[in-house]
Amino acid sequence: MSHSIQVKALNSFISQKVNNISPSGIRKFFDLLSSVEGVISLGIGEPDFITPWHIREAAIYSMEKGYTMYTSNYGLLQLRQELAKYLKLHYELNYHPEHEILITVGTSEGLDLALRAILNPDDEVIIPDPCYVAYVPDIILAGGVPISIPTCKENDFVISASDIEPRITKQTRAILIGYPSNPTGAVMPHEELLKIAKLAQKYNLLVISDEIYARLVYGIEHTCFASLPGMKEQTILLGGFSKAYAMTGWRIGYVVANQELIEAMTKIHQYTMLCAPITAQMAAIEALKNGEREIERMRKEYDGRRRLMVKRLNDIGLSCFEPKGAFYTFPSIEITGMSSEEFAEKLLLEEKVAVVPGSAFGQYGEGFLRCCYATSLANIEEALAKMGRFVKKYKK
Amino acid sequence: MEQIFEILEQNARATPEQIATMVGMPVSEVEKIIKQAEEDKTIIKYKTTIDWAKLGKGEVWALIEVKVTPQRDVGFDIIAERIYQFPQVYSAYLVSGAYDLAVLVRAKNMQEISSFVTEKLAPLEQVQSTVTHFLLKRYKENGEILQLPKEVGRLPITP
Repeated sequence: MSHSIQVKALNSFISQKVNNISPSGIRKFFDLLSSVEGVISLGIGEPDFITPWHIREAAIYSMEKGYTMYTSNYGLLQLRQELAKYLKLHYELNYHPEHEILITVGTSEGLDLALRAILNPDDEVIIPDPCYVAYVPDIILAGGVPISIPTCKENDFVISASDIEPRITKQTRAILIGYPSNPTGAVMPHEELLKIAKLAQKYNLLVISDEIYARLVYGIEHTCFASLPGMKEQTILLGGFSKAYAMTGWRIGYVVANQELIEAMTKIHQYTMLCAPITAQMAAIEALKNGEREIERMRKEYDGRRRLMVKRLNDIGLSCFEPKGAFYTFPSIEITGMSSEEFAEKLLLEEKVAVVPGSAFGQYGEGFLRCCYATSLANIEEALAKMGRFVKKYKK
Repeated sequence: MEQIFEILEQNARATPEQIATMVGMPVSEVEKIIKQAEEDKTIIKYKTTIDWAKLGKGEVWALIEVKVTPQRDVGFDIIAERIYQFPQVYSAYLVSGAYDLAVLVRAKNMQEISSFVTEKLAPLEQVQSTVTHFLLKRYKENGEILQLPKEVGRLPITP
């Protein structure tokens, strides 16, 4: 009997799949940041409001009443019913609360479930570049292959159907879009969404539409992808409570799709997550029932700050298109000739202002910064004054 | 236009330029609206909310319920005016319910409030009765929560 003993490399317990995924560019920057004190951060991806009191109060009350147990895998029926009402009210969509809605642990879980439920090995998923940091790794972890479609400033970072079509192959399974966009703040014009819907029908593709920022749009109406003609059956709609209701830490979201897809996703969800935390579900019910006033209050606040930040950015020479959604601006740093990582690092060390380098969101995010305006007016003014000084110094 | 006032109500020091950018109007237009509002007293005055307790200022505040007899033709207005003219009166409201006027009084000490009530307010002919509630602690004022708990920090960078 012969044993061959191989000396294991340090990382040998880690699967190849995980090894092949690069750590988030944001994470790397985070480590650098913790070494600097007194930083004004425009690098945060969450509201600066805390969850409205009526929602927190409802959660506290549910705990007092002893709601501390598991719920159905799908989530509390009452929450799904409220969601069905919400989708009907806002988008004229009719989803069955018992078969077509699944409550997830944040929209992030929803995305993971959707990808794992539909992808066979090497299936391709089309995504915009730049896009949210989790899209590429989540596709890879689900065994798929991300196909990035460049989007650009000249086109307000909209993904266009004419750029997608030539990249569709026999392996293409789905188109994954997330608008309003993190990191660019871009929204999709209705006509462009219609064209993408036509493509999806022509090639029989699923569209995974991440609409976590749906309620944060300014001066336009949000179009829910599933509400486009014929798209309800071919759309996996991802939503959540984090952004609109300032509930990031609650980790509560939802997936809406046809019964077959929801059943497939619930299979994974029931074995991996079981159910979303009941307290967060209780809070979400209250949010849907009575949250509109607070949403509007916060949205208005963001809108004012958005305009201010865009103006200040353009004034200091960092040209920035007008983002009509989410709470990000995505200015170009071309005039400095620096890479986005270099710019962000220097800005942090010299002026103590944190922004996220655009390259963290894909190859085509290079040359840009993500600046979040979910922070106080005073912070925006101070940070932009510092950035102005910085740009003046390094302008080519 | 309402937005201009909402911004100013939150932060009286917001500049016309900031406001103009935030609401998407020309600066001159915003300046005009503000000036007009100042003139017609839509904007009554610019104030600062101060937590006096922090400065160790021992002020005394009291909420006084006043029951009055309304007068023919003028109702409560004349008696209200007689009361709110006193400099100790910080706010005065006509209210529905068990009493008529709610009067918020601010004074240097309890003695001053006491003499205001016994010498000025209670003896008024139309005043039937008063109930004085001294303020023990301020939690929220003008929509602002005082003595906020330490802020829970967000992580400086999140996806």
